[in-house]
Amino acid sequence: MTVALPLGAEELRLATHREADGGARLRLAVPGMNCGGCVAKIESVVRAIPGIADARANLTRKSLTVGWQGAQTDEAALVAALRGAGFDAFPLDAEETDVLDGAERRDLVTRMAVAGFASANVMLLSVSVWAGADDATRDLLHWISALIAIPAVAYAGRPFFASALRALRAGRLNMDAPISLAVILAVAVSLAEVLRGGADAYFDAAVMLLFLLLIGRWLDRTMRDQARSAARALGRMVPRGAWILDDTGAQQYRAAQDVCPGDTVLLRAGERLPVDGVVLSGTGTVDAALVTGESLPVPVTTGMVLDAGILSLDAILTVEATRTGEDTSLAEITRLCAAAEDRKSRLARLADKAASIYAPVVHLVALATFLGWIATGASARDGLLAAVAVLIVTCPCALGLAAPMAQAVASGALFRRGIMLKDGAALERLALVDRVVFDKTGVLTRGALSIMNAEALSDDVLRRATSLAAHSTHPLARSLVTLGETRGLSPLPVDDVREVPGEGLIGKIAGCAMRLGSAAHCGQPDMPSRPGPACCYVEDDAEPVAIHFEDGLRSDAPDVVAALGAAGLKLSLLSGDRAETVARVGGYLGIGEALPNLRPEDKIARVEAWQARGEAVLMVGDGINDAPALSAATVSMAPSSGSDIGRTASDLVFTGENLSAVLNAWRIARRTRRIILQNFALAAGYNAIAIPVAALGYAGPLVAAIAMSSSSLLVTLNALRLSGRTA
Amino acid sequence: MTNLLFLIPAALFLGLLGLGAFLWSLKADQYDDLDGEAERILHDDPI
Repeated sequence: MTVALPLGAEELRLATHREADGGARLRLAVPGMNCGGCVAKIESVVRAIPGIADARANLTRKSLTVGWQGAQTDEAALVAALRGAGFDAFPLDAEETDVLDGAERRDLVTRMAVAGFASANVMLLSVSVWAGADDATRDLLHWISALIAIPAVAYAGRPFFASALRALRAGRLNMDAPISLAVILAVAVSLAEVLRGGADAYFDAAVMLLFLLLIGRWLDRTMRDQARSAARALGRMVPRGAWILDDTGAQQYRAAQDVCPGDTVLLRAGERLPVDGVVLSGTGTVDAALVTGESLPVPVTTGMVLDAGILSLDAILTVEATRTGEDTSLAEITRLCAAAEDRKSRLARLADKAASIYAPVVHLVALATFLGWIATGASARDGLLAAVAVLIVTCPCALGLAAPMAQAVASGALFRRGIMLKDGAALERLALVDRVVFDKTGVLTRGALSIMNAEALSDDVLRRATSLAAHSTHPLARSLVTLGETRGLSPLPVDDVREVPGEGLIGKIAGCAMRLGSAAHCGQPDMPSRPGPACCYVEDDAEPVAIHFEDGLRSDAPDVVAALGAAGLKLSLLSGDRAETVARVGGYLGIGEALPNLRPEDKIARVEAWQARGEAVLMVGDGINDAPALSAATVSMAPSSGSDIGRTASDLVFTGENLSAVLNAWRIARRTRRIILQNFALAAGYNAIAIPVAALGYAGPLVAAIAMSSSSLLVTLNALRLSGRTA
Repeated sequence: MTNLLFLIPAALFLGLLGLGAFLWSLKADQYDDLDGEAERILHDDPI
């Protein structure tokens, strides 16, 4: 059960950006903004607040920028107003804002525009040359082409030159090396041709190559930024600060990194603990689902050790901070994730593998062409021209577009199915998976408690019970309210409501006293027990009603697990929950290998053991305790309802109630891989024809331009096939 | 061939004009929220 963090005014104030002229700006993520109507509603709600000067919602990024003058505006009232209108809002920090603004993406678009302008104009001039301009006219057109192309190449080619240089310095060859060489050589040879009044200039090929490749690069970038910002905007689970009680009993709000060991932290109902600590006082229950995978609320006792990230359901606790900041269990998990990420980043991408074969071959063929021409007695100029034609005609742009184009189209197809992809390379890894590892709580199960004996409850009893339950944030009460809503029962007014932490609720409806809570709370200690959590509802002298809950499986979990098994994938279940629950779920779904009581270190060790045997592992998990294993796994998926650290560690994030996202993503990944390989085959086939033609000197600038654009077009059209059919 | 002396600069100027307009609109955040702008035209009140 993931309850969104209620935001304190203090936390919002930390996120507000003050400007020199006394103005203030606050950027909020509003995950629920899905339609044009939402935009209008959000903006009108915020503008109605006195003092707000400006509010602008961004539907693409699901964000809202609010500006006001002076200090009198209450940030918390702003968020409360949004929540009142049905939208949760979270402040965005500087790093998130950077991703949203997409500085790098904008830089690529600028370069793309310059390359596009240059290639259109140079092509216009080149067409005149091909059409038969000669002598002085040809020279003039070539000179103008050179004046446009050289600055354009110098500017638009920078990302490729820089990346090629970085790779060369590290002793590797990437795709950008042959691209850079082809562009620079083409421009240099063309310039030499122009200077001596020759006929062959490749300025058009050089700028068009850059233009097409920048499109590929920009697609790749956009896809990554989009998924990343969407994943981040889902909501944050770990608070940035805590209330500290000092010796005099005064309360003070401090940022999480300023909390010291020994401080007394006050944790109220509905808040998450930002540090590790020991309970000093207070009773009630906490939700550890995201921290340990434990699906049921845990009762708290004095002296109990709590990890950072635990959510207090109904307890008001004072906790002595034992480990803070970099020492918390949460920070330790972040470090485990970073280490695992580091190992994973060494896995080569398909495009890089293709480049590592392609680059040396092309360079050798170009060199051989040059030497061959010299050996047969031709001039160095003719040899160089043929070599440049080889470099350009071998369609590096088809190769450069082959993978990003397919991945961008696949990412769009996934996005429409509610799956966000953070990195195109993850799709390549997903296609090769041998084993799927599930976490239980929140992945196979919904992570929300549902009522087992719903049919046994009459509408009347349920209406009274839910009216009382509406006054609590406890997950059992919440799921009662949800059941009441699905049955269309409107709540009754309740008087004298009181919540006894860790026990239950007391209240009156029309003078009739009633209690909802634990068996003891209702005075029924001998209530019939069933496995799983239960609560009891009793009014005055009437017969008590027992309500049983379970953490229900996602409705399509059996089908998805069966389909993955039928496809020949090995299945495992790694859970931090108790043995009997895990065994029951594993048995029901037919997952043979179901291991309970695992800590984060155990999960990562299991995953790495499988990988050591040469298996590619897909990990599907949601909790903080899954995060290291998610990072270590070959590829990983998390539901959007999971912990933010789990989502950050995952390559794919899926929204919605359906586990079929896992199956869909896997199928799309396999189709994408097929398309990418087809694209590489197309490019290779092209080269098989184009290289001999170019090496023998039959490929002039016109042939090069046609070869390049048609191969790019073919690869793009092939990639577009991914968007059509449903998975 | 003398008309080339007018036509080429004219073509380049128009091209540059287009490039300048695009870069300006990019800087002015006009491509920031394409989905949102498409919806805003349906709103009743002028914003």
